[in-house]
Amino acid sequence: MAALKKSFQLKSRDFMHAGEASISVQNMLKQIGIEPALIRRVAICAYEGEMNAVTHGENGNFRIEVNTDKIILDISDEGPGIEDIEKAMEKGFSTATEEYREMGFGAGMGLPNMETNSDRMDIESEKGQGTRVVMRFSLSPGSRKNET
Amino acid sequence: MKLSELIDKIDAVVIAGDDKLDLDIERIGASDMMSDILAANLGTNSMLLTGLTNVQSIKTAVIAGVEAILFVRNKRPPQAVIDTANSHGIPLLTCPYSMFVTSGRLYAQGFTGLNGLR
Ligand SMILES: Nc1ncnc2c1ncn2[C@@H]1O[C@H](COP(=O)(O)OP(=O)(O)OP(=O)(O)O)[C@@H](O)[C@H]1O
Ligand SMILES: [Mg+2]
Repeated sequence: MAALKKSFQLKSRDFMHAGEASISVQNMLKQIGIEPALIRRVAICAYEGEMNAVTHGENGNFRIEVNTDKIILDISDEGPGIEDIEKAMEKGFSTATEEYREMGFGAGMGLPNMETNSDRMDIESEKGQGTRVVMRFSLSPGSRKNET
Repeated sequence: MKLSELIDKIDAVVIAGDDKLDLDIERIGASDMMSDILAANLGTNSMLLTGLTNVQSIKTAVIAGVEAILFVRNKRPPQAVIDTANSHGIPLLTCPYSMFVTSGRLYAQGFTGLNGLR
């Protein structure tokens, strides 16, 4: 199987359309016959990452690559960056404003959800430069985090 | 319990998806925080109880695999949100009670949380 690649530009604060990249990825994975439990994990990571780029970032870019042995989600933005990544990873930590909370964001669960649902997650972020989150999902059964 | 029967227990009305009332619901999660729903280890036949009527509640349901949404306090989403729900085949209901009272009524009917526990 040749690698399948797709990318999307994310518009900051466009809440009407935010999430569409992730739903389109979810449909694509269904079409190529990825097993439902894995689709669910990828979709959750995609959506949390997409929402973070849209709410906290600027000029978001969302990429997915499906190889024979793994799926890679690469979500980056040119926003303010994350000052303290370790702190951002804590369950419940959020800098979301009241406005975002009213829209259902700001539980401080996005990054923890992404970590739990991916096999590997790497965050690169520099204050004032932007953020890049890369998540990997193994496609060979038995090597997944959930099963070990 | 079928959605059509559940509706009677909480005096709900159908906003979207009146062709989907045969859907069987077993698990229910209540939250206004979308990441909390996405964090739940949910199974099939699940419904989201929320006061959040924006389009993200629908998208969260699609991503998480939640099959129906019930809004509390007679809240109704704007038409664009109803259209999104219809396009994804997610039925929408609204009922007059608060989150607390709605949850209590449904809990008394034997529903479990999203993870299947009571
Ligand atoms: N792309 C990003 N750019 C800048 N800051 C970010 C980015 N992603 C996350 N953060 C920071 O990390 C914090 C925690 O992120 P996380 O996704 O866990 O929670 P949240 O987005 O605040 O709320 P939730 O995801 O539960 O709706 C955010 O509040 C924000 O301060
Ligand atoms: Mg988030």
